[in-house]
Amino acid sequence: MGKYFSRLGDGSPIELSEKEIMADLVEGSEDAAERGKISPLTKEEYDYLLDLFCTRSKFVSVEPGKEVILTYDAGTLKIRRVGINVNRVQALQIYEKLFGADTMELCHVDYSFKPIKPIATFEQPVLEQALLSTHIPLFYGAMPNLGLYSQPDGPFPNPSELLPLGKIKEAQESLEAAVEESVKDIVYVGSLMYESGADGINIDTTGAAGDADFLAALLATEKLKEKYPDICIEMGMAGEFILGMHGELTYKGKRLAGMFPHEQVKLAEEAGVTIFGPVANTNTSKSAAWNLARAITFMKACCEVANIPVHVNMGMGVGGVTVNDHPPVDVVSRASKAMVEICRLDGL
Amino acid sequence: MAITHAHASGMGGMRAAGDLVARVQMARGMKIKEAKEYVAGRLKVSVDELTDPIIMNEVRTDLGIGVITPMPGVPKGIEAKFNMAEVLGIEINCVKRFRART
Repeated sequence: MGKYFSRLGDGSPIELSEKEIMADLVEGSEDAAERGKISPLTKEEYDYLLDLFCTRSKFVSVEPGKEVILTYDAGTLKIRRVGINVNRVQALQIYEKLFGADTMELCHVDYSFKPIKPIATFEQPVLEQALLSTHIPLFYGAMPNLGLYSQPDGPFPNPSELLPLGKIKEAQESLEAAVEESVKDIVYVGSLMYESGADGINIDTTGAAGDADFLAALLATEKLKEKYPDICIEMGMAGEFILGMHGELTYKGKRLAGMFPHEQVKLAEEAGVTIFGPVANTNTSKSAAWNLARAITFMKACCEVANIPVHVNMGMGVGGVTVNDHPPVDVVSRASKAMVEICRLDGL
Repeated sequence: MAITHAHASGMGGMRAAGDLVARVQMARGMKIKEAKEYVAGRLKVSVDELTDPIIMNEVRTDLGIGVITPMPGVPKGIEAKFNMAEVLGIEINCVKRFRART
């Protein structure tokens, strides 16, 4: 029986038989189904994915007519990160003219709302100049990154140090205080950028520091939508599951800790988010088939209940993509095609 | 990776009508099917033609909404966005701010 080229979640090349690929697809999907209490993939979807992983082509794409739009995080960072020494406006022009980007995001290299707050008035003229010379919709983006509000980087006692000492109440109070300050920073920076003409604000890696981080993004979205009813807010998540660092935080009566994408999107809708970017994390020890089936199972459940556009995160280490700075085309194109065609996404 | 996704699943941005569909999705919270149909209607093309770079280059040139190669005298940047707002029937934030400041 023939073997087919594939990869593990860390990008290492492997070969698998058809039987092994199918076994991984089922196992990956059932893992997601069990964790999220959602339905696994159907037989037709397994067959579709098997066919995709047994195609000998290096690159695959969606069928004509099924294309979606792409939004990005940290776009201007990524050009400079590979050592191409252009300024940020030039980086945006590279994306819009050469990379086929449908939208773009201006960001600062210190990609969090807290450090941007004191220099926001330096960011605004760059955004305004970019808006004069570019054509595609332009977001301004950053992360809530609640960890920055804990000592030694921030003003509040560090919950990671308090929790092992059994100081649960103190850790929770510290996180609650951090939420309040984070909301102020996100609303301050978001407001300035919107008033400078940004087409939208991207709140990226939401939930990275757990339930308090998610709450900060939800409350900030509410406040920005109240101030600017027409503002577009994109909320990109950090992980598939909201960690209960606080454990008891709620939004609109629902406890945040333990939520999966199909539950997260409903709260994002209630807060006023325009575009939701869910995440499913890649397991570096499992095959691409396992990871993709698992990711699609989570995302399909999210898309089925979403009333707002869903743009699944498919960068490094998420959405079935391998954990590499420059993921291989064979894995990324399969993940891209399958995610769009099975989940009927609004974007990536 | 950005390029891989753009080739595998993207609408092609300014090469076609991807940026226009994105604007409408962002402005109105539309799902992709709805956003494509809306833009196709405003541009007077079929939904399938939205991703054809040859057809869309002609449409974009005729409507002055920005093309990849910036020929002399053709609307660019903010000029093209003024035209986009009119063609798509949506408010574009930077266009609104430009008008307020000038």
